[in-house]
Amino acid sequence: MRAIMISGRTLAQGANCESKMSEDFFKAASSCHLSKEDYDLLGLSDGKNILLKNEFGKTVLSPRVDDGLRKGIVFVPMGPWANILIGPDTGGCGTPQFKGVEIDIEATNSPIMDIRELFGSVQRAEA
Amino acid sequence: MMVEDAICSFCGCLCDDINVEVEENNVKRVRHACRLGSSKIMGHERIRSPMVRKDGELKEVSYQQAYERAAEILLAASKPLLYGWASTVCEAQKKGILLAEEVGGVLDSTATVCHGPSVIGIEEKGLPGATLGQVKNRADTIVFWGCNPAEAHPRHSLRYSSNACGRFTPEGRSAKRIIVVDVRETRTSKNADKQVIIQPGTDYEVISALRMLVAGKGDVVPDEVGGVAKKELASLAQMLLAAKFGAVFFGLGITHSRGRYKNIDNALSLVADLNSHTKFVIMPMRGHYNVGGIGQVLAWSSGYPMSVDFTRQAPYFNPGETAACDLLAKADTDAALIIAADPASNFPRKIVEELAKMPIIQIDPYENPTTLLADVVIPSAIAGVEAEGTAYRMDGLALRMRKLVNSSYPSDEEILDGILECVRSLRSAMRMQGGA
Repeated sequence: MRAIMISGRTLAQGANCESKMSEDFFKAASSCHLSKEDYDLLGLSDGKNILLKNEFGKTVLSPRVDDGLRKGIVFVPMGPWANILIGPDTGGCGTPQFKGVEIDIEATNSPIMDIRELFGSVQRAEA
Repeated sequence: MMVEDAICSFCGCLCDDINVEVEENNVKRVRHACRLGSSKIMGHERIRSPMVRKDGELKEVSYQQAYERAAEILLAASKPLLYGWASTVCEAQKKGILLAEEVGGVLDSTATVCHGPSVIGIEEKGLPGATLGQVKNRADTIVFWGCNPAEAHPRHSLRYSSNACGRFTPEGRSAKRIIVVDVRETRTSKNADKQVIIQPGTDYEVISALRMLVAGKGDVVPDEVGGVAKKELASLAQMLLAAKFGAVFFGLGITHSRGRYKNIDNALSLVADLNSHTKFVIMPMRGHYNVGGIGQVLAWSSGYPMSVDFTRQAPYFNPGETAACDLLAKADTDAALIIAADPASNFPRKIVEELAKMPIIQIDPYENPTTLLADVVIPSAIAGVEAEGTAYRMDGLALRMRKLVNSSYPSDEEILDGILECVRSLRSAMRMQGGA
């Protein structure tokens, strides 16, 4: 299903943003909020996770119903899970477009990567 | 011991009524702070020792050894990036600018992934601003556009805006009109008199329609703009025009969306237009507590508020070229010093992959994903809790942060001094070698 993603601050994400290696931050930032209608359409009620993907990458998150969202719009707390889907282009102003990102969403049985797994695949060059 | 009226060092509200209970040099309890501030002041697990990466592993070293390795990295680079600066005090920021000048680097702040577009928009149009005190005491109409203070600035509404009781607003919330414009319903919109839900990426169009309605040229506005009926926009415009003192607060919903700085430019124009009819002010909801400070310190020392390139004969500023994400995306930097920020978490993944290819020096109290990529890790005292200094509130008011507890960690300023000293002695040794 096509959707528009916005990313941003939540209370739980903010309260744990100085302890990013913690379980609490993982719980706060590795979720995807969506409308009840989209949640039901994707068949997420039986404990499945949600896969978000676009040309920049893909990320598996825990789905959460959010009555404040309209159909076709999903919200992901700001952080490394959301940023997999953000493109590097800044439109000449230095700031990437963190909101209004076109993505595809579907149900998945894949697990959510924890923060160390998320960065384990980043190739680091020895100084 | 109770430290009274301490300043919270989480967000740009800089709440100055925090009471902190300290026992045996440990923070035991925090009163009056929101969940975000309380979590920050109470603290989390710290990085224990300076570390330098060797054979792929971070190994503990002395502070002096870490400073020397950091100086080597900065001097070996042709265009190092010195990034972060929003969660530290102005005194450290000033020292960072000196270091950037000395090593010939680019200094950029987290504003570039936050309110950077606001900074550019304000440069284009100017800011019809006010202090938060003026808003508290006078505003009868408050607009929250693309921001959700209930979660990002939890005490903003009570202390300064929608629910604040001031000299000319003694009735508080009941005598104010609150408008929320967003792409979704939020905790903030639950407190609104009028909520306008727009389609993502249509801020510019909706603001343009409002400008036409405010100017009495509603006949050119189509029946629907950004998913909002013209009738609803006309009623919103009437609410704005009916204000005796209106205040617009805007957030990343407008800076991070399609249009970016042009959205801000247009919002500033709307507020300028409204001032032909009544009194209106506008203010960005700054996130990190001193992201305003780095803009101020950079502006008075270099002439530019962010993304300043010190590799030339004179400071140079061209966001889109000198901003951190652009430098990294174009591989136009070859080392990074990251202070009081976590770009590994907060930059787009493709840009993080570029960052990981170069040597990274990290100065931070806490381990975070940037630590996983760093070559030198230097733990610091928490500015605003364990180290004093100056910070700028979101309205540009400078406040003095006190030290609440003592710390065995050096402050950001002391660490930067240590690196600066190593840079100077290493450079002089290199000169002597070159001369011989």
